[in-house]
Amino acid sequence: MNALKFSLIAIGVGLLVLAFAHWLKLDYFYFAGYTILQFIVLATAWNILGGYCGYVNFGSAAFFALGAYSAVFLHKLYPLPIPFLIVISAVVSGTVGFGMGYLTLRLRGAFFAIATLALSVVLQTLVVNWAYVGGSRGAYIIRPETIEFAGIQFNYIEYLFVLMLVLAVVALATTRTIERSQLGFGFATIRDDELAAEASGVPTLRLKLIATTLSGAFMGMAGAPFPYYISYLQPASAFGLEYTVNSIAMPMIGGTTSWVGPLLGAVLLGSLQQYATVTISSAVNLLIVGLMLVGFVILAPNGLVGLVQERLYRRRRP
Amino acid sequence: MTALLHVDNVSKRFYGFVALDDIDLEVQPGERLGLSGPNGSGKSTLVNCICGALQYESGSVHFDGHLIDGLAVHQRTQRGLARTFQLPRPFHSLTLADNLRIPLLYTVHARSGPMRSAGDLDSRCHDLLDMVGLADKAKRMPRDLTQVEMRKLELARAMAAEPKLLIADESMAGLSHSEVGDILALLVQLNERGITIILIEHIMSAVMSFSQRLAVLVSGKKVADGKPEDVVRDPEVVRAYLGE
Repeated sequence: MNALKFSLIAIGVGLLVLAFAHWLKLDYFYFAGYTILQFIVLATAWNILGGYCGYVNFGSAAFFALGAYSAVFLHKLYPLPIPFLIVISAVVSGTVGFGMGYLTLRLRGAFFAIATLALSVVLQTLVVNWAYVGGSRGAYIIRPETIEFAGIQFNYIEYLFVLMLVLAVVALATTRTIERSQLGFGFATIRDDELAAEASGVPTLRLKLIATTLSGAFMGMAGAPFPYYISYLQPASAFGLEYTVNSIAMPMIGGTTSWVGPLLGAVLLGSLQQYATVTISSAVNLLIVGLMLVGFVILAPNGLVGLVQERLYRRRRP
Repeated sequence: MTALLHVDNVSKRFYGFVALDDIDLEVQPGERLGLSGPNGSGKSTLVNCICGALQYESGSVHFDGHLIDGLAVHQRTQRGLARTFQLPRPFHSLTLADNLRIPLLYTVHARSGPMRSAGDLDSRCHDLLDMVGLADKAKRMPRDLTQVEMRKLELARAMAAEPKLLIADESMAGLSHSEVGDILALLVQLNERGITIILIEHIMSAVMSFSQRLAVLVSGKKVADGKPEDVVRDPEVVRAYLGE
């Protein structure tokens, strides 16, 4: 199946989800669906660096917040339609991703993870002390009730939902294309053995920089519409632990070697969290993630996709 | 300069320890050179310096008429300098065929411009696996391989880069007598196709039967370089291996 065909199918599935939501006529579905889609984008973005290349990034929240605060900054400076904000946030976060990669990619394993965590702390401190984007008080974004397209009024939350749906489709199509390309094979060799990769002619530093840039850009895109969704953005929520933890846990649970993994993990964990938020409390979310992660690390260290792949491999082997 | 590889006064220190002390080495195109020496004599360090995995403090390395100091490992591989590792380092998450696909994609493709078609790539991978006798395991994972098969995969992957010079770093360590014979035959066959080979090896019988020329390192110094039968009678070499 080529990339075009896959994109068409993905868009088709997206339209089906949208039609279902429209038929449901339930605002809550858009609210919950937005969060799940946002986690699909975040998990997919994390997986480009963390899953394909094997570099664990603990700074997802930083890139997400960078996207969100870029949007806030531009909103105050000169309001633009959200799709433009998404593109600008992608450029900002991608650039920071590139810079972070350049400075830290000589570090391996735990040291790289610590460096990304530090980036998150540094950025949060910057934002807290920057009055223009609200500082520690936070920023209010008054979003309109509705938005008009071709003479038809749409609910604004439906609009945000559609934007995130498009982003999720783009993110998944991109990672699936990478996976089957020369780039994807190069990423896999970095994960397996960097010196052997170099000895096979793979320019590992360049590939890792591509990965940090792409990963950062997609996380920033996921963050850009967030201020409009939540309408009050404060540093503690933009840099929230749940973004860092979820964007690591979701690919791990779904499986990190394939684009399907983050999608599965995000849908599974995301829905469970939404369900828990409504029935129990939103505070239980991180507990759910923690327990599931412990369970999967013990029972299926390669995630759901890994389980299936292993079974298929065993069956094929004589 | 006609030598394919010219190592000129290369020295490498690890803090106070001198691992390589002014090494000179020339390898002619098409030659089969053996490089031997006791444990810790600097053989692998020399390989790492030639391949770019380690930076050397002084001296220079020319390959194929060009100075290659300061080039990254992958750039040297792309110029035709391939190596195998002392302990096999396959890409664990890729099938055997895909292990070979990597150098084809990143080295051969980078060299010759246009991408080979998917079919070309597949048949090339198959040919290489066939050459080392692993064709029936193309879709298997490296973890299913035995030690000798792992060494063969390592050789096939180095060959996939279509090198001018192949450095085989202890390709036979820990193998049985007949397995050593397998690998030796493979290396001779590669040499007959025009590939220059440096064989780094402890096993004397293997080195003697393979090498046209033998160099010996002792404590980071090259103590002998010449015809294998002369070198093994060299008093300094004998002393290094057997003591006073």
